[in-house]
Amino acid sequence: MDGIKVMRERDIGSARSHQRIVGIAAQAFCYLFLIFMALVVLFPFYWMINSSLKSLAEYKQSVPTFWPNKVLWSNYAEAFSSASLGRLFLNTAYVGIVSTLLSLVITILSAFAFARLEFRGKDLLFSALLATMMIPGELFTITNYSTVTMLGWRNTYTVLIVPFLVSVFYIYLLRQNFLQIPNELYLAAKVDGTSDFKYLCKVMIPLSLPTLISITILKMMGAWNSYIWPRLVANDEAHRLITNGLRNAFTDTTGDVNYPVQMAAVALVSAPLFLVFVFLRKYIMKGVSRSGIKG
Amino acid sequence: MVESKQKWKAWLYLAPAIALLLVFTVWPIINTVRMAFLEGYRGLEAANGQTFQIGVENFVKVVKYKRFLSCLKNTVLLCVLTVPISSFLALLVAVFLNSIKWLQKPLQTVFFLPYVTNSIAIGMVFAAMFNIVGSFYGTENEIVVTAGIINNIIEFFGGKAINWINYGSSYIANITVMVIYIVWNALPFKILILLGGLQSINKQYYEAAKVDGTSRTRIFTRITVPLLSPMLAYVVITGFIGGFKEYTSIIGIFGESMGPADDAGRLNTMVGFIYDAIESNNQGRASAAALILFVIILAVTLINLQVSKKSVHY
Repeated sequence: MDGIKVMRERDIGSARSHQRIVGIAAQAFCYLFLIFMALVVLFPFYWMINSSLKSLAEYKQSVPTFWPNKVLWSNYAEAFSSASLGRLFLNTAYVGIVSTLLSLVITILSAFAFARLEFRGKDLLFSALLATMMIPGELFTITNYSTVTMLGWRNTYTVLIVPFLVSVFYIYLLRQNFLQIPNELYLAAKVDGTSDFKYLCKVMIPLSLPTLISITILKMMGAWNSYIWPRLVANDEAHRLITNGLRNAFTDTTGDVNYPVQMAAVALVSAPLFLVFVFLRKYIMKGVSRSGIKG
Repeated sequence: MVESKQKWKAWLYLAPAIALLLVFTVWPIINTVRMAFLEGYRGLEAANGQTFQIGVENFVKVVKYKRFLSCLKNTVLLCVLTVPISSFLALLVAVFLNSIKWLQKPLQTVFFLPYVTNSIAIGMVFAAMFNIVGSFYGTENEIVVTAGIINNIIEFFGGKAINWINYGSSYIANITVMVIYIVWNALPFKILILLGGLQSINKQYYEAAKVDGTSRTRIFTRITVPLLSPMLAYVVITGFIGGFKEYTSIIGIFGESMGPADDAGRLNTMVGFIYDAIESNNQGRASAAALILFVIILAVTLINLQVSKKSVHY
């Protein structure tokens, strides 16, 4: 009897240590895989910075250097002037800020109506709005292109701002947030004789600030990254946005290209996005995890 | 009293949104359908008073168009390749991230980084990594100055340099580069969603499995995947929707020629086809193509939903 017991204990012991070894091996594999993937994710950023600081001669060496022998900051100055990035930055900032502000106002007003006010056909209208989210944007672009041409909006800031002011998704996002605010607050405010508008400004907006920040960041990123629509309707010097400017300034991507300057321009265009990423990551992640769309 | 006052007030709050939606969303839907069924509709001619016959000629022409078929092939191919690869990789990363403690937060931050990038700008970086610098005009004596970092790495491990995106590169090489770039770009969103899903799974299931001595693979296939299936379905469906609208990533790598120097337009997609038609004033053709794209996306989404209905555990 004793012998059996000892044997069983030994078995359990060896099974445990076996399990522990498997566990450690699995953990090691986890880390190996994750670090490998992290390197894959980071490599393009590293290569962008590395290339942007090299001289053209050093870039063209058949054996690449993994950090420039001589760090050449002048590539950045050259990129900034040759792509006239200054003007592009200003254009994009202007369009981004104006469209974000207007869009926030429209989104807040509509979300409030859908969340708090009662009117006939509310649910039907809201479902109809949600249904339009399924339609690919290209379908709208064809007619919008004719509409803005007819209105004489081509090559203006208006054309970059107005057509995209209403986002059904943002209205949906904010409405969900507004609905979480207890109705008792609203009724109490009503009893006190607070107007709807005052209640919206004093209670609902402060309480939904995180969502509003998420919307702001996503909208600004949208302006920064928009490419197709601006190229179609406002691709003149005065109104061109940053992504188009970058693509236009460096039309060749293959062949004999002055990559150091091109990579410096790419780094400059990416820099504001990295700043946003570093400081406001939480808000983006929160907004994104509920969206599924970029920008 | 309050009720009746609110009725017109609500519409006041909604007025700006509705006005803009009528012009830039509702009218386009109606007009696109109208233009698609007017044979050979062109905007400029229509403005000059020309009338067009009603019919399905636009659709017939688009479907018979060789360039459209190549765009459709590229789009479907990229979708079918990138969605499973990126979903699978994202699942692995998310599961592994969820199982570690040390370094979890920093790694999570790193994996989200590609989301906050400009797909044209980073596409240019990928082009630089794959590009062979030198004169490449399909002549006998090519002058290769530097083969590009990816080829350098391949050669370091004893492989042979590949012409990825330059003059004379093969279609397979082009598609490979696009798949790598699109997957790289798609990972952060998918990891974010899947990790969020994993973290919301009740720990008790795992503890119960541990008590029963269930193996790791069994825990993964019997607990993790079923409980994560709603998120997986979401990631796959949005992946397909985004995949069918692929366009800017190709511009990022190949520029507006949408292909290597000797074969411009080789990698054009459905969305690219629509924009080409708009720019050449062929609104009828563009509308027909856009409706076809819409129907494809709708069909794929419905199929996905059907499949996930059978396998997703809510």
